[in-house]
Parts: sequence; C-alpha cells; structure tokens
Amino acid sequence: MKKLLVLALTLSTVFLLSACGSSVDSVKLGVIGPLTGDYSMYGLAVENGAKLAADEINAAGGVLGLDLEIIAYDSKGDPTEGVNAYNRLRDEDEIDALIGGTFSGVTLAIKELAKEDNMPVLTPTATNPDVTLEAGNVFRACYTDSYQGTVAAVFANESTEIGASKAAVLYNRDDAYSEGLAMAFIAEFETRGTVVETLTFGAGDDDYSSVLDVIAASDAEVVFLPGYVAEVGAILTQADNKAIDIPFVGGDGWDGIEADYASVAEGNYFGNHYAKSDEAQVVVDFVANYEASFGDSPNALAALAYDAVYAMVAAMEDAESTDADLIIAALAGLDYQNAVTGSIRFDANGDPIKSITMIQIVSGEHLVIDKVEGS
Amino acid sequence: MDVELFIKQIINSLNTGSIYALVAIGYTMVYGIIRLINFAHGEIMMFGAYFAFIIATSIPVGLPFFVIVLVSMALAALMGILTEKIAYKKLRTAPRISALITAIGMSLFLQNLAQLIFGANPKVMPQVISNEPIMFGNIAVPQVMMYTISMSIGIMILLTLFVKKTRAGKAMRAVSQDKEAAMLMGININGIISLTFAIGSALGALGGIFYSIAYSQVYPTLGVMTGLKAFIAAVFGGIGNIGGAMIGGYAIGFIETMTKGYISSRWSDAIVFGVLILILLFKPSGILGKNVKEKV
Amino acid sequence: MGILERMMSKSEQKKVYKKLSKSSIIVNLSVIFVIFIVLNTLINTGVLNRYYSTILVLILVAIIMSTSLNIGTGFLGQLILGHAGFMAIGAYTAALIGIALNDVIVNDFLFISRNLIIFVIAGSGAMFTASIAGLLVGTPALRLRGDYLGIMTLGFGEIVRVIITNLEITNGAQGLMGIPRLMTFPIAFWTTVIVVLIIYLFMSSRHGRAILSIREDEIASESVGINITKYKIMGFVLASLFGGLGGAVFAFQGGFLAPVSFGFIKSVEIFVIVVLGGMGSISGAIIAAIILTFLPELLREFDQYRLLLYSGLLVVTMLFRPQGLMGTKELDPKKQIRKVYRFIKKIIKKDINKGSDL
Repeated sequence: MKKLLVLALTLSTVFLLSACGSSVDSVKLGVIGPLTGDYSMYGLAVENGAKLAADEINAAGGVLGLDLEIIAYDSKGDPTEGVNAYNRLRDEDEIDALIGGTFSGVTLAIKELAKEDNMPVLTPTATNPDVTLEAGNVFRACYTDSYQGTVAAVFANESTEIGASKAAVLYNRDDAYSEGLAMAFIAEFETRGTVVETLTFGAGDDDYSSVLDVIAASDAEVVFLPGYVAEVGAILTQADNKAIDIPFVGGDGWDGIEADYASVAEGNYFGNHYAKSDEAQVVVDFVANYEASFGDSPNALAALAYDAVYAMVAAMEDAESTDADLIIAALAGLDYQNAVTGSIRFDANGDPIKSITMIQIVSGEHLVIDKVEGS
Repeated sequence: MDVELFIKQIINSLNTGSIYALVAIGYTMVYGIIRLINFAHGEIMMFGAYFAFIIATSIPVGLPFFVIVLVSMALAALMGILTEKIAYKKLRTAPRISALITAIGMSLFLQNLAQLIFGANPKVMPQVISNEPIMFGNIAVPQVMMYTISMSIGIMILLTLFVKKTRAGKAMRAVSQDKEAAMLMGININGIISLTFAIGSALGALGGIFYSIAYSQVYPTLGVMTGLKAFIAAVFGGIGNIGGAMIGGYAIGFIETMTKGYISSRWSDAIVFGVLILILLFKPSGILGKNVKEKV
Repeated sequence: MGILERMMSKSEQKKVYKKLSKSSIIVNLSVIFVIFIVLNTLINTGVLNRYYSTILVLILVAIIMSTSLNIGTGFLGQLILGHAGFMAIGAYTAALIGIALNDVIVNDFLFISRNLIIFVIAGSGAMFTASIAGLLVGTPALRLRGDYLGIMTLGFGEIVRVIITNLEITNGAQGLMGIPRLMTFPIAFWTTVIVVLIIYLFMSSRHGRAILSIREDEIASESVGINITKYKIMGFVLASLFGGLGGAVFAFQGGFLAPVSFGFIKSVEIFVIVVLGGMGSISGAIIAAIILTFLPELLREFDQYRLLLYSGLLVVTMLFRPQGLMGTKELDPKKQIRKVYRFIKKIIKKDINKGSDL
C-alpha cells in the first residue's frame, strides 16, 4: 500500500510540475459557482454573465492592455468543494481577483482563506450579511439578505398594492439565503403588524399542500416566500390548484419565474436587482447580447456577475495595476455608474449602496411597481 | 379547532398517503419474493414521471390522461424487469449485503443517469389534469388529488383481487413462501420474479406520475425522499405484506401531513424517521407482518 | 456438530489477522516516517502548494472515515448508511469546543503547539459525543437484520442533519463560522496513522477475531461462546468514535461547517470507498480513499459523470468482484520491499551472468 501511495504522490507531483508554467499575458478572474446539480442554473448564469462581460471588454481592448480571462470552477454548492476550487484558482491558475462564490455558504467558507491571502473578492450574488464583515478585501455587487428582507416587509406593509398588517412567512430552512431573508422580514414586519404564521419547508420537500392550507386558514393578508424559482414555482402552482388568492412576495431568487410559471405567478411581487423591461440603454444591450450569446433570457444573477466583472475591471483600471492591495483600495473608492443593476458604490463594509426594484408579474412580464433607494 | 382546515388536512393526508401506498407496494412485493430492499424502486418511480413528462410534451396531439399513464407504466415495468435481470439476478444466492449494495448502486446510477439525460433542473409537468379545483362547500380540492385518491384505491383493490384469485397471483404467493417448493410444483420462478418487478414498477411509476402532477415538477432526485418514506411505510405495515404496505402508506401520509399542519413543519422529516426507528425497535415485523426467525 | 465444522473450515479459508512481527513493525514505521518526511518537506518548501496540501488533508480525512466505517461494515458485516451523521456530530462538537478554546489557549505550552492542544481537547470531545451517538444507535440496532439496520442508520444520518439545521448553536443552514483553522499536515497525518494503527491492533486482537467471526456466521459464533451483543456494540462504538474524530479533523481544516456537507451522499461516498477497497481490508480502504478523493480533483472537467461512475462501479464491483479491490487481504510493506529487493537482485544477477558470458 505504501508503495502505491508513494507512486500516487510521485505521479501527482509530476502532474503538478507539468501544470506549472502558466502564461502571464492575461488578467485572470476566477469564478466559483454551482455549475452542476440542483442549483446549476444559478452558477451557470453567473458564469455566462461574467464571460459575456469579459468578451465585451476584450473586444474593446482588454484591461490594462491585456486580455481578460475568466476561469470558472464548480462548487456544487458545497463549501468544501468551493474551497478546493478557490485553492486551485489561486495556486494553479494564479488568478488576480475572484468573482464569487455564487452562494453565501460557499463564499463564507472561501472568505476565511481569501482574507489571509489578501485576494480581491467581489462576489456578485452572496447576500449573507457576514460575507463582507471584518474582511477588507471582500466586496459584493448585490444587496444583503437583511436589507432585502427589510425592504420586502416595508413593501408588504406600506405599498398601496398590498398594505397588509398580517403576514405569513414560508421559507426553506435548509437554505441560508431563504432563512436570512425570512428572519429580516419577520424582524421588520413585527414592528409594523403581526406575523401570524411562520412555516418552513426542507430542501427535499415537494408537498406543500399541508402548509399552504394552514396559511389559507390563517388571516394572513400577504405571504412572504423567499426562495429560488424551482421551489417557488412548485409552491405557487399548488397554491393555485387550491385556489388560494393571498398575494405572495419574494426576493431576487424569484427572478426568471415567468419563464415556466407565468400563469401561477401572475399578480405576485418580488424585489429584484433590476427589471428586464428597464429601458436604459445598458440594460437593453445587456439583455440583447446575453440572449444572442446564450439563447435564453438573463436572470438577475447573470446581470450581477456581468456588473461585477465590469466593476472589477474598472477598479483595476483605476489602480493601473493588478496588485492586490491597489485593487482593493480602488474597489473601496469605486464609483461605477453605468451598471445594469444600478450604480455600484461600496460602504465601509464593502456592501453596495443600491436600490431594490419591486416587480409585479403581469401577463408573464416584469412590471416595475416601485424603486426603493438604498440607504 | 378549525374543522374546515382539519378536513383539508385529511384530504392532503389521503393524497400523500395514496402515493406512498402505491410506491410502498413495489417495495413490499419485491421484498416478499426475493427478500431484497430494492433501493432503485424510488428511481423507477422517478423515471415513470419522466416518461409521462416526455410523452405529454413531445406528442403534439393532447393525448388523454389515461393513455399517457398506461404507456408510462408499461415503460416503467419494462425498466423494472431489466433492472432485475441486469443487476439482481446474478446475486440471488450471494450474501445479502452484496445484493443490498448493488441495489444502492443501481439507485444512484439511475439517478445520475437521469441527471445526465434530463439535466438537474426540475422540469415543469404539463397540466394533463385540469387545475380548476373542485369545490365542496368552502373546501377547494385540486382535481389531481381526486384522481390520485380514487385511482389508487381502485388499483389497490384490483391488485388484491389479482393476488388472491388468479393463478399468477397464487404462484406469486407460493414463490414468496418457499421458492424451492414452488419450483418443484412447476412454477416458473424467473417469470414470477419478472412479473413481480413489472407490477411493482408500474405502480411505482403511477405514484411518480401523480406525485409530479400534484406537485408540478419532475427532477432526477424526485424518488429519493419519497422512495424512502414509502419504504418506511412498507416497513410500518410489515414488509412483504401488500395490505400492510397500503395501511403503512396512509399512516405515514397522515403522520407527515398532520405534523406539518399541527405540530411543526420544521421537524416533520425527523418525526417520520423517528417513527421508523421506533417501529424497528419495538415491532420490527411491522403492524401486519409475521415474526420470522433467522434460519440456521 | 455441523456448525462447529463449518466454523472450522471457514476460519481456515479466511485470513485471520496475525500479530505483526518485530521486523514488520520497524519496516512499517520507517516507511510511514519516510512518507511523512517527504510530504512534509514538499509542503514546507512550497512544492506542494495549498491546493494540494488541502487535498492531502482531505484524503487523510477520507482515510479516517473509511477505515472507521470498515470496522462496522467491513469487519462486523453490518450495513451502515449513516456514517456522515457521526462525522457531523464529531465535526460540530470539535468546532464548538475549538471556538470556545481559541480565546482561552493562546500560547504554546512548553514544546507543544497550541494547535495541537486545542485539537487534542476538541478531538476528544468529538470522539466522546460521536461514540455516545454510536452507542445510542448501535444498541437497538442489535435487534435488526442487515437491511433494516441500513435503513435505520440512514434515518439516523437524516435526523442528525435535521437537528443540526434546526439548532441555534450550530447556526443552522447559515453554517458555523469562525472555527480556528488549526489543522496542519503533521497533526492530520499522525492522527490518521494513530487511528489506522489502533484499528489494526484491535482487529488483530482476540476482540477483532471475535468480530470477524460474527461477520462470517452470527449463529455459529454465538454457539462457540462469543458474546455477540458485546462485540456488535463494541464495533459500532469504535466505528462512530473514529468517525467523529475524522469529523474533527475536517472541521479544523475548513474553518466553516454547513449541514449540506453531511448529507446522505456523504455517507454513500464513504461507503463506496469501503466497498471498492474491499470490505474488511484496512489497506484496501486506504488505497480507495486516496484514489477516490484525488481522482475527482484531477478530473474536474468530468465532474458531472463522477457520481454516475461511482454508482456504476459499485454495481459492477458487486457483480464481478464482490470482494472489492483488496478483498480481505492487506498489503505488507515488508513483503513488498522484499519483493522489490529480490527483483533487483535477480536483475543484477542476470547482468552479472550476462557479463560472465562475454
């Protein structure tokens, strides 16, 4: 056995040595996200968004006179895999900065290492508040779970469309994102009205009939349902089958719901980073180019990754270098105006000061109801 | 107590219970015949749902629901027979743990195969049954639930008659009691095993189809949790006993739904697994099963 | 008398662990030392960068997990599908203790590094809680036959995951942060060596032979006076204890824990390692752990086929080589070295002979 071990290690060493000698004539950005498995649609959206931005940047002459290269690795949504991917990006591919990880759990695991490495990290989509805390090198392009949950609570309570004083909350207890939004919503809504039911479901659940009936029997005037398209779609379908007509409100995980679930999502609301129907030139161009490149409509994650790459490149241009310290300093002082998801400026934590667009699904389209400015 | 809500929860229990019962029958029949927990049964259920999805989406003329169901069930039955021939047949005399590992391997294999063929993202099941709920006073019952409950009960009655009255059914029971003796009586063992897999798989597929229509999606890991809970149902009723599987299915459906509705949606899975462990500890043979001593 | 005769013939057929000879121990230990020195130097000089050193530690975790599961599944012959549950209990216990101690123990004590002190305390805690869980699952499991036991352990693993997700102290689905990342390669390496050594010594003792006999024939073992209850529980507790320790190493390596890392798939991965390596072979489990942890990293591009390959291998192995890679055999470095030595001698001799021909 020992002989085999030695053999295996020699082989691996050979492999490793042969893998060295990477080229230096490009600026490398690492991307980490779930590219396979249940949540692959989100990881792939991030990869595509980043690649689209890189293609455009390269067509316009690259960054600092060099080509921009995107290297994407799979995290499978698992923190251990995510850390392996990050180590490989840092050690083998020698990336200059990281765009990722896509999910909060993976990003939190990577953050511990990235802090030591002083790696410039700009996560497009990790919304957990802890991601940027006590880490000067970690920034994000999206708003946090707590901000999003709070805004949703204000919207559910104050908006003329809903104006509810009694809410039910249904969230995925196995998912940090869903739980984070739910907790923030509950905390804010309790100051304005009452949360009459707090119910959960698990990652493996498909049968929501029981919890939906509990909600229907309560006097809730609105249901807050933070989650991703697959589970939200199933829940809305089952609610529709049961003729439950309480309005549902969700977060950015809903983006793309109209593709498969337009009829059951009709009339419901969610907060998002941008609206596809926005007429700003940068949004129109982005949607058109994305559709031309990848054949389907971009979701918010793709837009955020696209913006994150542009913001990172802007910081590099400001720093006139790919030196980590200079990039981080430049990111901290960045004011990137022309982004798809609004302007990007960071606060002291590294969180962006951005607006949330409240959207209603009307005849399968995004209708902008309100734009809540960031504080 | 809210009576209306309670009635709704009873209907929900009957719905999930019917699906668990259909799937549990497959576990229990196979176990009765070859003493094997067919872990891959949940995946047959999942493929059944995919077959229905493919048929319903790829054929432009809107086929009637029953045709879609029957074709999918037939395909699943074929798949069940093939699984047995390829993976289990060779191991009939092997140590039990080998056969079990193979079954686990088959289950994972089929899951990942489905992921490769269909992708990991859930597919939206087309509305082959109208989504207008039927109103009983104030209580809205989705049509698919009506179909699920009534068809499941009908099929279970037919199956009971088949096993009790027909020649093939009697042969099946004979094989499950004593394989050698049955062989000596001129019963085609291989044929009966195939028939068992076919019936079990077809019912599992039916469960999968109802499941994916009621809950609107079909995806590669669909059979994992449902299969597991159906298996718990089979153990609950006494594995190897068809009547027990039906009772077990409804019991687990009831426990799960009521836990979610009245105790805590957070702990429902833990409670279902806890029930399993309690049964295994205090009555491993289940409520209808017989105690069998290990033979020397 | 038939049973006894069967027993006899079986014990003749099957290899029973023998005590190691003195020379074997010396050779084994020196081989282990050489491996350690080579790897440690490679890491310290930076030839093996963090990417590879992390994978090395993950391989060591996989070795601990699979050799410990091997006690229950390989040697005792029980189907255990919830080993990730023990790993999770160990990992979270160690992590919580580690977080608490991180501010208390700040200095090295004499020549012992603080990393080691914290790990020893936290690792002991992990072994304690995991073995309590093993006792709780193992005791009732005695009444169950193989297939039921498999389902029950699977249920146990799921319950552990649900509990971790719902507890406040584990920070639920958000994941536990701020665990001191104190796992160095030497600590992980020697922990693994000690675990494997203890398991080997245990299996070659009287108790080990009793456990093997239960796997071969439970009723026959009972009739020759082996206390089945005692040994089954012993096997179960040992498996869970070391499983918990593996979890502790894992926790201090990553610095972040989330329930998603300890699902059913994790249990299956450990189980596959044991089956492919050969149920009842310690070296088989080690080899399979190395290959199955390293291969997916090499083949990142083929990631989507990984589980398909694993499961396919599982079925094919059972159909065509149910004893796994190594069967119940063990590799003995002494023998291998002797073989190499003889081989070299033969070549030299040939050369000399050839020379004399000229």
